[in-house]
Amino acid sequence: MTNPFSTEAAGLQGRHTSERLFKLSGLAAIIFAIGFLAVMVGSIAWTGSGALRESVIQLTVDLGPDNVDPSDVDGASYRTIVRDALKASFPDVKSRKDRRKLYGLLSPDAALELKQYVRDNPDAVGQVVNVWLLASDDADIYLKGGVDTSLEESQRKFSDAEVSWVDSLTESGQTKRQFNKRFFTNGDSREPELAGILSSLVGSALTLVICFLISFPMGVGAAIYLEEFAKKNRWSEFVEVNINNLAAVPSIVFGLLGLAIFLNFFGLPRSSPLVGGMVLALMTLPTIIIASRASLRAVPPSIREAALGIGASRIQTTFHHVTPLALPGMLTGAIVGMARALGETAPLLMIGMVAFIADVPKGFLDSATALPVQIFLWADAPQRGFLEKTSAAIIVLLLFLVLMNLLAVVLRRKFERRF
Amino acid sequence: MLNNSVESEQKMSEFEKTLDENGPIIQAKGVEVYYGEKQALFGIDIDFQKHQVTSLIGPSGCGKSTFLRCINRMNDLVDIARVEGQVIIENQDIYSKDVDVVALRAHVGMVFQKPNPFPKSIYDNVAYGPRIHKTVTSKDEMDYVVEHSLKRAGLWDEVKDRLQEQGTGLSGGQQQRLCIARAIAIEPKVILMDEPCSALDPIATAVVEELIDELRERFTIIIVTHSMQQAARVSQKTAFFHLGNLVEHGDTDQIFTNPQDDRTENYITGRIG
Ligand SMILES: Nc1ncnc2c1ncn2[C@@H]1O[C@H](COP(=O)(O)OP(=O)(O)OP(=O)(O)O)[C@@H](O)[C@H]1O
Ligand SMILES: [Mg+2]
Repeated sequence: MTNPFSTEAAGLQGRHTSERLFKLSGLAAIIFAIGFLAVMVGSIAWTGSGALRESVIQLTVDLGPDNVDPSDVDGASYRTIVRDALKASFPDVKSRKDRRKLYGLLSPDAALELKQYVRDNPDAVGQVVNVWLLASDDADIYLKGGVDTSLEESQRKFSDAEVSWVDSLTESGQTKRQFNKRFFTNGDSREPELAGILSSLVGSALTLVICFLISFPMGVGAAIYLEEFAKKNRWSEFVEVNINNLAAVPSIVFGLLGLAIFLNFFGLPRSSPLVGGMVLALMTLPTIIIASRASLRAVPPSIREAALGIGASRIQTTFHHVTPLALPGMLTGAIVGMARALGETAPLLMIGMVAFIADVPKGFLDSATALPVQIFLWADAPQRGFLEKTSAAIIVLLLFLVLMNLLAVVLRRKFERRF
Repeated sequence: MLNNSVESEQKMSEFEKTLDENGPIIQAKGVEVYYGEKQALFGIDIDFQKHQVTSLIGPSGCGKSTFLRCINRMNDLVDIARVEGQVIIENQDIYSKDVDVVALRAHVGMVFQKPNPFPKSIYDNVAYGPRIHKTVTSKDEMDYVVEHSLKRAGLWDEVKDRLQEQGTGLSGGQQQRLCIARAIAIEPKVILMDEPCSALDPIATAVVEELIDELRERFTIIIVTHSMQQAARVSQKTAFFHLGNLVEHGDTDQIFTNPQDDRTENYITGRIG
């Protein structure tokens, strides 16, 4: 007698094969996706990590009475002092052209740094001291190994002379790399070695504050109205369909709307976080409405019946019982919406938040830019030094996005409802 | 606070006297309910007497819940539901224009099939009704009302040490008694119960049934049940519904021992339903 449960049973083989194939293809897709993500994040992190370190060059500067008047420390020409120090280090550089190149080893901010140093160390006045000064972006790239010296001199920006100067400084221990604090404390700059993300970060924060203040109350209010009060009829269906459509509208369209209405019609200040936040709020609103309605719908009807059954009015039922239970879900939806708004570039370009902003915005009406727009600007900049800044800014942006999504997950876990 | 409640008790008893003179507390006259196009109840005429428990029985889908929900206008919540006819409570048609459902439901409480305490503390569950209706103002008085209601619901001894714990953390039977305490805390005249014991085990059911019998002294109770035994045990009057019609109603003893209609007899003997 044959075994009816045999693995050889007719048709079984084929079924198992298709199951295995399906599992395999699913696994392959996941591996592919994870691999892709790893490569992308890895390469960005690799490039971006350079931006966390800056190169500095040590110079012997003469702060003697010839150069710095002890009674008027701020009046001294630190630019000349720095240049003299460079000249003294390389006495054989004579021609004007070469000298200019030599000065180019240091950042234009080096003189300001020296001034700051003198202010912080008044004792140094009248002495000859060794100070570390910020290198220029080109020298920085060379020191980080970003210049291929095997190339023909005419094919690279960093000439043989510059290479030899930096090499000789390195040999005598006069170059080093240190943590780049500037990247987090400076605004944007034309000089890559001076550029930082603070101004755009603050711009993004201000924009998101406005966005949240507008879209959360409005979105939650709309959701509560639609879910708890509106009669279910043609009208509410029409509104529902349109909210869903709105969620799918490309963000640049909201930018155009903001340009036409907020800027051109109402004349609100261009490039301001106020307008940026309003535009992003338009974009986030449907997301929040949809998430809030879903979480309201998840509140069991028995709670509503219980409250209405003992004579609570609709408003009381909604605000005493239903909304508190739905709030965590609403917040989660709002955070996810905010995360999306944080990464949004296109609508901000439309309302002029793409300007060069070196100063940290101090209020909602100041000109500002946002982190993703800053990334866009740097990616577009010609200097090679901005390459690593771009990647580093992307890392910062991704970090914030991950944090926000994590917060949403934590909130959801923490307040998961138990009925 | 005690003064207050004594006073209100006095008021209540005076009120009851006048009511008894006025006859039945609830009268349904030609009640018809439509869900959209579909008619769920056909011309229901029935009176409910004060201080009696009336059972509504009948096969599933015959409209018992629908009728019960007409009495405190819970059907208003169903967009497609339409109610015709009159439901008169204490000489007032509750479907007339000048009736506010919030005020109505303060007088007609409801206990649902599935225990549905608020996800709040036991204390707050009971205190919620008096709080929103502002029938109780001071903290002492509220403590008294909560204790009193829980005692009347037979739950006090089990929860008196943990009033601040979540109402949802109680057992099913305790939750249902908490819901009853919540309903009686606002001193309604009528309590509607839609299969209040269907989610409970026999012991919890017995406790609730006993409770219903005690509550009859103060409230008029209408209870939907699928259990003939329960109907026989707790109610003085019974009404049998079938396919949206009120087939027969009268004293419980009479309905169970000597039904006038074949359908009633078939149902209680287990041949339909
Ligand atoms: N919200 C509703 N929308 C549409 N039809 C409904 C709705 N509620 C009830 N009905 C219909 O009305 C009729 C009566 O329902 P009802 O809930 O009153 O029955 P029931 O006697 O309480 O039944 P059960 O014993 O199963 O609870 C049923 O045919 C039902 O399909
Ligand atoms: Mg029912």
